[in-house]
Amino acid sequence: MPLAPPITDLEQLKSHPALARLVAWNASVVQAAKFDREELTVWIERGSMREACAILRDDPACPFNYLADLTAVDWYPSEPRFEVVYHLLSIPKKERVRLKARLDGDSPAIESVTSVWPSANFYEREVFDLFGVRFTGHPHLERLLMPDNWEGHPLRKDYPVEGYR
Amino acid sequence: MPQFPPSAVAEAGQDRTLVLNMGPQHPSTHGVLRLVLEIDGETIVRLKPDIGYLHTGIEKTCEAKFYQQVVPLTDRIDYLCPMTNNLTYCLAVEKLLGLEIPPKAQWMRVMMNELTRINSHLVWLGTHAMDLGAMTVFLYCFREREDILRLFEMVSGQRMMTSYFRIGGLALDPPLGFFEKVKAFADRFPGNVDEYEGLLTGNPIFLMRVKGVAKMTAEDAIALGATGPTLRGSGVDIDLRRDDPYTGYENFNFKVPVRTEGDVWARYLCRVQELRESIGIVQQALAGIPEGPVKADAPKVVLPDREKMKTQMEALIYHFKIITEGFTVPAGEVYQGVESPRGEMGYYVVSDGTAKPYRVHMRGPSYANLQTLAKMCEGRLIADVIAAIGSIDVVLGDIDR
Repeated sequence: MPLAPPITDLEQLKSHPALARLVAWNASVVQAAKFDREELTVWIERGSMREACAILRDDPACPFNYLADLTAVDWYPSEPRFEVVYHLLSIPKKERVRLKARLDGDSPAIESVTSVWPSANFYEREVFDLFGVRFTGHPHLERLLMPDNWEGHPLRKDYPVEGYR
Repeated sequence: MPQFPPSAVAEAGQDRTLVLNMGPQHPSTHGVLRLVLEIDGETIVRLKPDIGYLHTGIEKTCEAKFYQQVVPLTDRIDYLCPMTNNLTYCLAVEKLLGLEIPPKAQWMRVMMNELTRINSHLVWLGTHAMDLGAMTVFLYCFREREDILRLFEMVSGQRMMTSYFRIGGLALDPPLGFFEKVKAFADRFPGNVDEYEGLLTGNPIFLMRVKGVAKMTAEDAIALGATGPTLRGSGVDIDLRRDDPYTGYENFNFKVPVRTEGDVWARYLCRVQELRESIGIVQQALAGIPEGPVKADAPKVVLPDREKMKTQMEALIYHFKIITEGFTVPAGEVYQGVESPRGEMGYYVVSDGTAKPYRVHMRGPSYANLQTLAKMCEGRLIADVIAAIGSIDVVLGDIDR
């Protein structure tokens, strides 16, 4: 099965419930969208991420009520350096969508979604721990996997695989 | 006689709570989970999990390996279900590559994956029952688990860290006599489940420890990110094998056990019922396994047969190139979710078009379920924490990675 080229045209993708809801709510926060390998990715303007998540969660037609995963990707040395990635799942409709926000490498921060899904707590702490992305409004933003006195953020691309010795 | 300073006496009178560490070396925490409990007498006021003791940076290591070299790393994440980890990673990379897997490999994957689920549930059942004081079940469960590990050894040469699923199919054809052994096990196993249930399901001591303990509503379960039997035990009907089928699960008939009680008892019943459903899937797979190759026809990705590699120049070249340079994967990203014994296991793989993954993130089901523990335990007794930990079936390798 050869790979189909990704679709990036917003008009063609509007049939997807998540994108339809976001565009109906506020088209200006949707920066871009991509449908590739049967998966939809939507780039959201970083300041509106929490609201966008709340809108999708409370959508009566297709509620994306479950946060499946939250992580980040470091695109060092290009800017904006970080992408925070949210994988949402609609348990009633069995739909998935991936939301992304781009953050600058210089003191990256984004609003926490713990008020939307309490389950984001550990995921955001992990991203803070391993990437150094701050989540404003997080109730307990501390290191999770690494020791409290650790220096540096291991999953950043400029952190050596062997660590600093 | 030593005198307490007046301030200490005053504080002791007012400060009712005590902070207690449970773990990380406590056997009932199933690994190196540390729970910080704030207790008032024997009642839990607050519970805080402290994790990271097993953190080995697998996600970082993946970025330094070729795609095919990541497969053995995935075994070591959730070490009770190595094949499910292999499967999730391979499916993700195959989706990135756009690779078609031959039917026999798909059926074998389903069969081995269900045996893995049984293997994992047997460890859970044995240890959970032992935590609650029922020693015998543990020995019974490990007897059957040993049979499954022998089957794993037969196909892959390894009992636990199997790495049997590879990108593009399976490592090897199953050996002669393998299906007969699986058949014998599958015919015997429902009787064994009856034995376990005979020891536990009607046992009044067990029932007192599990019924109504560590309750969670469906709304809480979804908000806190519970998954798998923990979510289904609270009445949410979701199973990725049925709702988002992968590797040919749409060809199999099985029921998804759902209970509405939301307590330890409900999670116990869901898992025990899953044992029966899984062995049904194994029986169906045995009955209809198709003939054909177990590796995809993709010479640039799949290693050639040993025999061909030694006799054909072209195969030798492909072999050399895959081993020394890996294979490139078209740029893109995928998230593959799979129903593991503990719930939704997801692999998020980002490719930048080179031979090494740019980013691999594992979404572990235990990690998600662990966050529900505080909700389940607060306001209950210390002894119920043990029951709750067992009921969410944590694997610390999966949490810490």
